[in-house]
Amino acid sequence: MDKKIPTGAEVIIQCLIREGVEYVFGYPGGAAIPLFDALVDAPQIKLVLVRHEQGATHMADGYARATGKPGVVLVTSGPGATNTVTGILTAQMDSAPLIVLCGQTISPMLGKDAFQEADVTGITYPVVKHSYLVKKTNDLPRIMKEAFHIATTGRPGPVLLDLPKDVTGGPCAAPMVDSVDLPGYEIPGVPDRADLQKAAALIAKSRKPLLYIGQGAVISGAGKAVAQLAEKLNAPVVNTLLGKGAMPEDHALHLGMLGMHGTAYANKAVMNCDLIFSIGARWDDRIIGKLSEFCPNATKIHLDIDPAEFGKIIQPDVSLVGDARRGVEALLPLVRKLDSADWVKECAAWRKQYPLRYGKQGGLKAQMVLDELDKLTRGKAIVTTDVGQHQMWAAQFIRSTFNRSWISSGGAGTMGFGFPAAIGAQLGVPDTPVWAIVGDGGFQMTLCELATAALQKVPLKILIINNNYLGMVRQWQELFFDNRYSGVDMVGNPDFVKLAEAYGVKAWRIRRNGDVKRILKQAMAYNDGPCLIDAEVVKEDNVFPMVPAGAGYKDMLIERPKQKMAKPTGST
Amino acid sequence: MSTPNPTASHTISVLVSNKPGVLVRVALVFARRGYNIDSLVVSPQQDSDFSRMTITCSGDPGTLDQIIKQLFKLVDVVRAIDHTGDQVIEKELALVKVKCPPENRTQVLQIVEHFKGVTVDFGSESLILQMAGGSDKIDHVLGLLAPYGVVEMVRSGKILMARGASAT
Repeated sequence: MDKKIPTGAEVIIQCLIREGVEYVFGYPGGAAIPLFDALVDAPQIKLVLVRHEQGATHMADGYARATGKPGVVLVTSGPGATNTVTGILTAQMDSAPLIVLCGQTISPMLGKDAFQEADVTGITYPVVKHSYLVKKTNDLPRIMKEAFHIATTGRPGPVLLDLPKDVTGGPCAAPMVDSVDLPGYEIPGVPDRADLQKAAALIAKSRKPLLYIGQGAVISGAGKAVAQLAEKLNAPVVNTLLGKGAMPEDHALHLGMLGMHGTAYANKAVMNCDLIFSIGARWDDRIIGKLSEFCPNATKIHLDIDPAEFGKIIQPDVSLVGDARRGVEALLPLVRKLDSADWVKECAAWRKQYPLRYGKQGGLKAQMVLDELDKLTRGKAIVTTDVGQHQMWAAQFIRSTFNRSWISSGGAGTMGFGFPAAIGAQLGVPDTPVWAIVGDGGFQMTLCELATAALQKVPLKILIINNNYLGMVRQWQELFFDNRYSGVDMVGNPDFVKLAEAYGVKAWRIRRNGDVKRILKQAMAYNDGPCLIDAEVVKEDNVFPMVPAGAGYKDMLIERPKQKMAKPTGST
Repeated sequence: MSTPNPTASHTISVLVSNKPGVLVRVALVFARRGYNIDSLVVSPQQDSDFSRMTITCSGDPGTLDQIIKQLFKLVDVVRAIDHTGDQVIEKELALVKVKCPPENRTQVLQIVEHFKGVTVDFGSESLILQMAGGSDKIDHVLGLLAPYGVVEMVRSGKILMARGASAT
């Protein structure tokens, strides 16, 4: 008997197996049926059936960020595909490797407004690292190889495949492909030697050096090398929101997060350093504040795998094109200890003078819940967050101590990210506790995935910091818009405990300070599937320190200002 | 040194893989950053896997460096070079239909001959002229022809090639 010629869909699934894919996060539909059909014969790949396609992308993203492996999404055409757009943007902004497989109408019907047709290739051009509208079944092995290569190498990102149903349903006689030929695609490795020497010469002159590390340090696993560099130079370290965990935040030289809601001592260090060295960070507007006032007298060195980041915001004195880990490792032998003991002492004094604080009186405080969680988990958990006040408080009070232990939507600031991302992270890293810290607003954007979490029996813990407000917007309206609250009251919130129970998910409520430790411990001990804690915190509280958007670091608010504030000039 | 013109014209040569969608991806890089594309010529290469785009554009000079970097970042872009100020050969082709009743013919044909243009269509009331050369020259000829009445005009957009050993 002749060997059966596989269908395009079967070839795609075979390619996923060859790439070592464990999970596909998906939701079916007419145009994707051939792919779902092929999954039936591939028990190596577990299908995680979600409740909404946005959730699938965030799960794949959380999986990718926790494991370093690409996350795979499988959805149908039209609305199924367009529902992934927010998740694709989220992954693109934060450099997470995703493969998004979208069903599509049959190719003769493209452009004819067929049922559930959407030009998803066109819609997603600005938010993908790369994409393919596949027209020939025989191109599939090559395109699949390229897609994984592009998604996972260099600066990682999402790659989308638009797959007409006749392509996935048709026969594919082309052999598997093991290498790629992409003449326009370069992957920087070790920075140029002469540039490294220039950087080393500038570093040698510094007396107040500061290392500033971001997502690139996480992706490349640069933490150990960065710690060695910090120790060798005797230089303090700050990290971005996404850089948390690359180097343990409990290291003596680590000053925590910088930027809009960074620690005051990290921001004081930024204001006063004479050299700032970005290691896989991109001088984001929530880091810079006011460009003309950002470290105007400091030497700037920028190590990045993406050359388009040089000069985009900041013109560095030296730019090092390359992988963050390999760049720092190559720089290490070229530098020696700096005369920076006074500077390190100065930073330590700021740490003492301006510690992170919160009022212990007047009801249950979000900061207290998170501080307690940090004490109980002692840096041993993976934490995902949503976006808003709880995210910033978590970034401040949860110390990230190992790489890929902090998963948060930074660039896109996507509400609804945290909980599904935690599902993906927990599937990818089953033996590490995973906490999804979310707000009552964002959680409701993707809470339908409670069904997915329950079905997958992932033992993740959902902690809702519930103030019945869209707290960060409310904070801005309080501080900068004369207390004119508009569209921020979450009146109508459900009873989250009952809601969880309706999905068969164990749940608790925290109302008093005295409950916090006990219930957090109960949740930590609970391993029979997901569980949820609804922490009803005080309604009105603000995140400080705060550098108002577009303001300079000198205008940092350590606590609530007495005077009326002008409307911020920065974007967000 | 002259002050930079806020809307100075630049000519960028982009070597791309001949893949579907590459033109859209390139155009989006310009559109997002407020750059106006004045002309864009796409042409095949000897090797059919690649195409050449010659793009004339104008906008804030500070943004151009970022545009070139973003172009280069596209997977299908092999090379992107701003040739403004480089030693290059620049050419453009124009077809111009000009009103030309018999009483004006001699003058119009003198202009064409002087600028080494070719008459490619000869009608009783109009001529079609083919002009090739630098964009400045074509602009100048169009200015001279304007009083006679330009009915229609098509310009190919500028193409260029770097001189000597330099790559385009």
